[in-house]
Amino acid sequence: MIDVANLTKKFGNFTAVDNISFNVEKGGIFAFLGPNGAGKTTTIKMLTTLLSPTDGKISVNGYDPVTAQDAVRHSFGIVFQDQSLDDELTAWENLEFHGVLYGVPKKVRRERIEEMLKFVELWDRKNELVKKFSGGMKRRLEIARGLIHHPKILFLDEPTLGLDPQTRNHIWNYIKKLNKDEGMTVFFTTHYMEEADRAAGQVAIIDHGKIIAAGSPAELKQKTSTQTLEDAFLNLTGKVIRDEEAGAAERMRGHRRAWRH
Amino acid sequence: MIGSLGQPLLFLVALGFGFGPIYQKAGGGSYIQFLAPGVIAMAIIFTAIFTGIEIIWDRQFGFLKETLVAPSSRFNIMIGRTLGGATVATIQGIVVFLMTLVVGFRPTSILLLPLALVFMVLIALVFTAFGTAIASRMQDMQAFPIIINFLIMPIFFLSGALFPIDGFPAPVVAAMHLNPLLYGVDGLRGALINGAHVGLLTDLGVLAIVTLVLLAIGSYLFSKIEV
Repeated sequence: MIDVANLTKKFGNFTAVDNISFNVEKGGIFAFLGPNGAGKTTTIKMLTTLLSPTDGKISVNGYDPVTAQDAVRHSFGIVFQDQSLDDELTAWENLEFHGVLYGVPKKVRRERIEEMLKFVELWDRKNELVKKFSGGMKRRLEIARGLIHHPKILFLDEPTLGLDPQTRNHIWNYIKKLNKDEGMTVFFTTHYMEEADRAAGQVAIIDHGKIIAAGSPAELKQKTSTQTLEDAFLNLTGKVIRDEEAGAAERMRGHRRAWRH
Repeated sequence: MIGSLGQPLLFLVALGFGFGPIYQKAGGGSYIQFLAPGVIAMAIIFTAIFTGIEIIWDRQFGFLKETLVAPSSRFNIMIGRTLGGATVATIQGIVVFLMTLVVGFRPTSILLLPLALVFMVLIALVFTAFGTAIASRMQDMQAFPIIINFLIMPIFFLSGALFPIDGFPAPVVAAMHLNPLLYGVDGLRGALINGAHVGLLTDLGVLAIVTLVLLAIGSYLFSKIEV
């Protein structure tokens, strides 16, 4: 479903992604793990048409994100790490807008919005303004929204970051249900290793721009003679904290409270 | 929206009544009449620039990401955003216009009010597109105060909004004629109090061209945005 061959991304002299190759099979749940600054977000941006590669080939659902941008965009839904809902619209309106943006015909749209709102258990809040929603509700709504146009792949960038255990549990249940019932291919990143351990069929670990390990959670644990995926991860990437300079996004995240009107 | 009305109102009242008598004595007539179109333009451009700049925020934490990853033309998204921003800015202009009426401003001809609206819309479009173009190149809000102080303020102060431009040395006046806002304010003044220096048709022409150029530049830069 997703094939990456010799993918490289350089920003000036800095190589963020260094000649990586991996495959995500159709209908699989794939965890893309790595320490801070490893190149995870850069890779996802290239897969989702937000960044163009310096070198290498990508195929998403059979299409190249560089040459067949729209075909790729129709193929996936994405839940970003930072909120991307419109706070001043209702839940319904947010999903409706997404449907329009993706060219989903009106009747199909209405049915699909209802279906997805019920799926993430937000149907009774459909006419409420999103700014009143809690973080967990917003995340659930973003998942619902990403699926309106019936994509074959769902990208999730840290889907359970900062959420309470009940919501996390619900979200993984939705994801597993989608995967089991509809054969949805799922590609996610997370720092919560136990979630990746439980949910992922295949894992790839990226560090310093290179894939340093790939396989099922069991294989990685066996390879490193560890009991948990977290230990396997620490074994492979080391225990030194990755200090990085705050990038533009991080700085803005810090100022969020101050800037928001 | 209400908060940002404070600045134009302040300028209107403080400068209007402060400099009014001096202007009158110097033979310029009513300063409030002269100032009102300038203050209306002020409200419009500051709102417009801000709306454009907002996309920096939106790109990371807001709705913009969703539109960037959707299979929709970047051009359409940019136009949509510009029109939306320009609408808000124009409404601000209309509100300030109503406030000037309260303070004593009197447009000379009701028939020309639609033309005044046209000028307000054009000014709004120019500066929203301008803000979007700038914001497309910025990564975070750090440069924002610099942009305001070193770009927008000079454009505003050297446009004839607050005082006639004749007093400046000739080369400076010539340079000021490169400022699109000069034509916007002049046109607005022409429509409201029949006080255009440059000429209504020229004003319209220049503004229209600048609008198109900025929309083109803005959408090009916007299409190059990477999240």
